[in-house]
Amino acid sequence: MSNNIFSSKTFNLITDNIDTDQIIPAQFLTTTTREGLAAGAFFNLRFDDEGNEREDHVFKNFDAKETAILVCGNNFGCGSSREHAPWSLLDLGFKVVVSTQFADIFRNNSIKNGLLPLEIDKSALDYLEANPNTQLTIDVANTKCEIHGYDSIDFPLDEFSKYCLSNNYDQLDYLMSQKNKISAYEQRA
Amino acid sequence: MTTAKTLFDKVWEAHCVQPESDDFPAILYIDLHLLHEVTSPQAFAELERRNLTVHSTKNCLATIDHSTPTSAPNALGERDYVTAQAKNQVDTFLENCKKHNIECHAWDSEQRGIVHVMGPEIGATQPGKTIVCGDSHTSTHGAFGALAFGIGTTEVGHVLATQCLLQRKAKSMRINIEGELQKSVTAKDVILHVIATIGVNGGTGYVLEYAGSAVRAMDMEARMTMCNMSIECGARAGMIAPDEITFEYLKGRPHSPQGEDWDKAIKQWSQLPTDEEAVFDKEVYIDASVISPTITYGTHPGMAFAIDASIPATTDESDISSLEYMQFAQGESILGKAIDLVFIGSCTNSRISDLRHAAAVMQGKQVQVRTLVVAGSELIKLQAEKEGLDEIFKAAGAEWREPGCSMCLGMNGDIGNPGDLVVSTSNRNFIGRQGKDVRTILASPLVAASCAISGTVSDPRTQEQAA
Ligand code: SF4
Repeated sequence: MSNNIFSSKTFNLITDNIDTDQIIPAQFLTTTTREGLAAGAFFNLRFDDEGNEREDHVFKNFDAKETAILVCGNNFGCGSSREHAPWSLLDLGFKVVVSTQFADIFRNNSIKNGLLPLEIDKSALDYLEANPNTQLTIDVANTKCEIHGYDSIDFPLDEFSKYCLSNNYDQLDYLMSQKNKISAYEQRA
Repeated sequence: MTTAKTLFDKVWEAHCVQPESDDFPAILYIDLHLLHEVTSPQAFAELERRNLTVHSTKNCLATIDHSTPTSAPNALGERDYVTAQAKNQVDTFLENCKKHNIECHAWDSEQRGIVHVMGPEIGATQPGKTIVCGDSHTSTHGAFGALAFGIGTTEVGHVLATQCLLQRKAKSMRINIEGELQKSVTAKDVILHVIATIGVNGGTGYVLEYAGSAVRAMDMEARMTMCNMSIECGARAGMIAPDEITFEYLKGRPHSPQGEDWDKAIKQWSQLPTDEEAVFDKEVYIDASVISPTITYGTHPGMAFAIDASIPATTDESDISSLEYMQFAQGESILGKAIDLVFIGSCTNSRISDLRHAAAVMQGKQVQVRTLVVAGSELIKLQAEKEGLDEIFKAAGAEWREPGCSMCLGMNGDIGNPGDLVVSTSNRNFIGRQGKDVRTILASPLVAASCAISGTVSDPRTQEQAA
């Protein structure tokens, strides 16, 4: 996500409760870097028991340049705190994930990595489900999303996350700038 | 305006370096940062990249547990890692801890264990603390009246560099569990029942407090099992007010306050419980006496039911595909179904009381399927061996393995074969978590041990009668 307006088409993977073990199975967690995790993203959906790519898997014709918005069912990202989940989605090329509800930790992890968790209501999701490949135009600074052929909706995002996402602002820099307050707290305690 | 506060309010407010505002999240101070090999390497790398140091090493505590093998070392003391990458991950972690002067319990420490087992066991987990770890089951530590939750790797970096986190305060929900538990019903059954009741995302956005006579009656190990699974209904954390049982547990542990400090601590900790007038955003009431031994039948922990019940009818698409994966049908009972594997372990159920439960069932019997028993820590392993539990397991034909996460997430290579039906005392029955196409039934150690003995899904209550 950067500054201005982001526009891309949707890619549907609409199932409820897609958990972090499905997003990236545990065997890919032994890495010590954050790069290259696309190889493990949705691995069991994409590859069969022998590790060969499945004939008809959902990501077969996926092209991140065209469809950088992943649309999922309710309670997306539940399960583990592994940040490998958003890292692998970003590495696949997604910039936005859409769901009716995100698991807490996944939501936090996404925002910290510049992946926008875009929460919509059930009727908007139903529309996207019925209309794959829909163009979305997202204005992060104003938390507005134009769903082509449907409506323009507001989505929830707190001020600080909005600021960070739309300015590529780094949260650790912010915390470091507050070190005097932290030391004062430590003296007091 | 009421000044009455919840346990959560009290711990939260005491740790606000800066309270939250509309525009900014709170800056929350973290007392205890638990670290392990899987979710920290990228955080240490980031620290290095920015040329930062660890802000406060005394607030950090580390162990190795996730990708460590549970097979015994060979004669040379070498461990059989699942891949070279797994070994590299552990080695990298040990180097990082050494470099940054972080107390780490590795292979040479008697205190090594699953991170959420170790913290309480050595007394590092204490009432009123804020505790985080790059692991979602950090909620376990809430059993002591701590505010404990899982964080991602970027946040691990934040805490390393500043000992603080940016946080929005969650809403509060009290789960009141009143009454007496039936025989053969344990904390695991209670928490599965709670999750089934409020739903797999029923806790999203909340910090839970478990209260009521059934919770007060639980020992610390049972309370940890409860809080451990808070995350499975989406809750940020789960907490239980500290009381005499908490203090008794902590007394004399290596990291617990000693002497005068202990008396001071007790005084402070006694102030923590929720004030009588305090108001929660939501209250849930559960009758403890109706809870049966409870297991899961689907692919998330909310799909749980009494072990002798029938799978409820559903029109929900994701539930239907979940049942397809499990190869179960609506309306059927899963009692008596043949199983392939049993796992007794994980930070949910690998403590000494869990092992005692399992051993009591297995004593003098034979397991019918492969059964892995994995203690949560080196100390628990030693204790179990002192009590002769290991002999009971081995005589029954079960495997007595080295402590670690093991089959809970299977990243160390402990997994089932495709299609296996596994009865597991861990916390997640997600698709593929215990190996590709492995089907997981979550259960208590009592239930899991009964299943191991019969080779089928079986009810500990009826098995006892048959014996
Ligand atoms: S036992 Fe399972 S849930 Fe617990 S820390 Fe290990 S992997 Fe996580």
